[in-house]
Amino acid sequence: MHTDLNILQIDHLKTYFHLNENKIAKAVDGVSLSIKQGETLALVGESGSGKSMTALSILKLINPPGKIVEGAIYLNGENLVSKTDKEMESIRGNEIAMVFQEPMTALNPVFTIGNQLVEMIRRHKKVSKKQAKERAIELLKIVGIPRPDEIMHEYPYQLSGGMRQRVMIAIAISCEPQLLIADEPTTALDVTIQGQILDLLMEMKKKFDMSILLITHDLGVVAKYADEVAVMYGGQVVEKSSTKQLMNSPKHPYTVGLMSSLPSIKNPKKRLATIEGTIPPAYDFPSGCRFSTRCPKVMDRCINESPNLYPLKDHHDIRCFLYEKGVDNDDE
Amino acid sequence: MKNNINPTMEQKEQTNTTDELPKSPGRLGLQRFMQNKLAVAGTIILSLIILTAIFAPLLTNIDPTKADLTKIEQPPSSEHILGTDSSGRDNFARLLYGGRISLIVGFSAMMFSLIIGVVTGTIAGYFGGKIDSLIMRFADLMLALPFFVLALTIIAIVDEVTIALFVFVIAITTWPNLTRIVRGSFLTLREREFILSAQALGAKNHRIIFKHLLPNAVGPIIVNATLLMATMIILESGMSFIGMGIPQPTPTWGNMLSEAQNIRILRNHPEAWLPPGLIILLTVLSINFIGDGLRDAFDPRGNKS
Repeated sequence: MHTDLNILQIDHLKTYFHLNENKIAKAVDGVSLSIKQGETLALVGESGSGKSMTALSILKLINPPGKIVEGAIYLNGENLVSKTDKEMESIRGNEIAMVFQEPMTALNPVFTIGNQLVEMIRRHKKVSKKQAKERAIELLKIVGIPRPDEIMHEYPYQLSGGMRQRVMIAIAISCEPQLLIADEPTTALDVTIQGQILDLLMEMKKKFDMSILLITHDLGVVAKYADEVAVMYGGQVVEKSSTKQLMNSPKHPYTVGLMSSLPSIKNPKKRLATIEGTIPPAYDFPSGCRFSTRCPKVMDRCINESPNLYPLKDHHDIRCFLYEKGVDNDDE
Repeated sequence: MKNNINPTMEQKEQTNTTDELPKSPGRLGLQRFMQNKLAVAGTIILSLIILTAIFAPLLTNIDPTKADLTKIEQPPSSEHILGTDSSGRDNFARLLYGGRISLIVGFSAMMFSLIIGVVTGTIAGYFGGKIDSLIMRFADLMLALPFFVLALTIIAIVDEVTIALFVFVIAITTWPNLTRIVRGSFLTLREREFILSAQALGAKNHRIIFKHLLPNAVGPIIVNATLLMATMIILESGMSFIGMGIPQPTPTWGNMLSEAQNIRILRNHPEAWLPPGLIILLTVLSINFIGDGLRDAFDPRGNKS
């Protein structure tokens, strides 16, 4: 946390998919987030909670029938929602870059690694082919790829998953973006490689003074790498706080459920807790609180009324009626 | 599917890294192509056929269009290696010169149809929506028209059938096949993550089409284009055979075959119709083998066979 300047600020973002005339999937429904310079914000939630859609909305890569219907996304104070496609093209890759989940398919299979890196550099920077090549080799070195000169001439299929993800990171940081969106960057990798890749991301963050939006469903990763956490459920942020606070005293029943479903080293023989049921589909949310169908602490008013995001102290926000009037922080 | 391929790829990579030469994509492709024996044989045979067509004047000094009604349906002799046809024209000269027309018709009809097919397929597959439906319904319409009826109608209406017109007629009725293939591969490729990744890293439409989609679709396009060229040569032969192709006296393999409509020639003069028949077969077969070889060579993911 270098400064208090928000690199990215999302205000009440709503991204809806108009499936047909009376079926609207509210993939992202009123999400507000902010990331400070040099900070890592983790976006946590199960599949279908709107994490990836939030990320793609930031890049404005939502394909029809999806559409950003409301809200604003400020990158350094400039609203991306009102930018044209052309303006977005020079922002993508240059100011915001994204690393994807599947390194196996995120590289173009018919071009060499070098070709793809050089392309990317020359797309955004006015440099000669030779300079771009040198820069590409340098980048491969930075992301820890052995014998970068040879890898430059190899095709994606010749590399392992971890290596490919390193190449993806090299491509993503090639234009030194201010914000890097990492959409489950380690889900498809071996556990041993996962740590290496995340360490690399953090190293890059420091080196280039980037901010990172880390999308994950791995709370272990969150605890180790994130400064701030936002927990998403049903297209909404249900809890938002600093990582330390959330790990020490989760408040929202959903977060509590997530935390208790983690295996513990202290008590390895205990059966893991689960949250009953599945996330409701985005076109058929309950009319009240979206978690009400699965919540262990559900009350009558949860069925019909939707809670707002209630602020507690220390920037800890919770979307639950239990905390409507604030709470004494030591109720644990 | 990817995972199934990968182990063999890994092995292949290891054998590749043992030789010290830097592997440029072109070299790698050529290497794969050369490993395919059928494709190499096809290339050699097709080159020979093309060379004989080009250098026809050096191989014979007989004019293939010159009729000599005093010497019709002659058996092979030292003067006429393959004898003469029913108008007294030299069969050997016609075979050599006929290759020019057949190959040019096949190739240019294929190119023509390829250009229309790739352009329409790209637009339909990449942009989708209304323009996609419009193009595809029109393509369906063209495919629904029976080829021979349409081609025969056009040729019957027009007074003078030229090669250009003939090429146009064939191409205009076959492009929807390529449109469908290009559109189909674009639709599957569009869902691949590297396209989204390219977009997320700021690639523009034309860059995505030319750098990411077309190179990945080049395999099916090449294979189908070569197959199409083979089909075009057969179409030309078929049309000429029923007398609706390039008119006499211009020699083509197809109208040489039409000689065999006469039962007398079919029985007594196999030297008149067997060579053009065989050469059509050889050409089409070679082209198909080359298409197969090219597909393996172009596609770095493909297995070598």
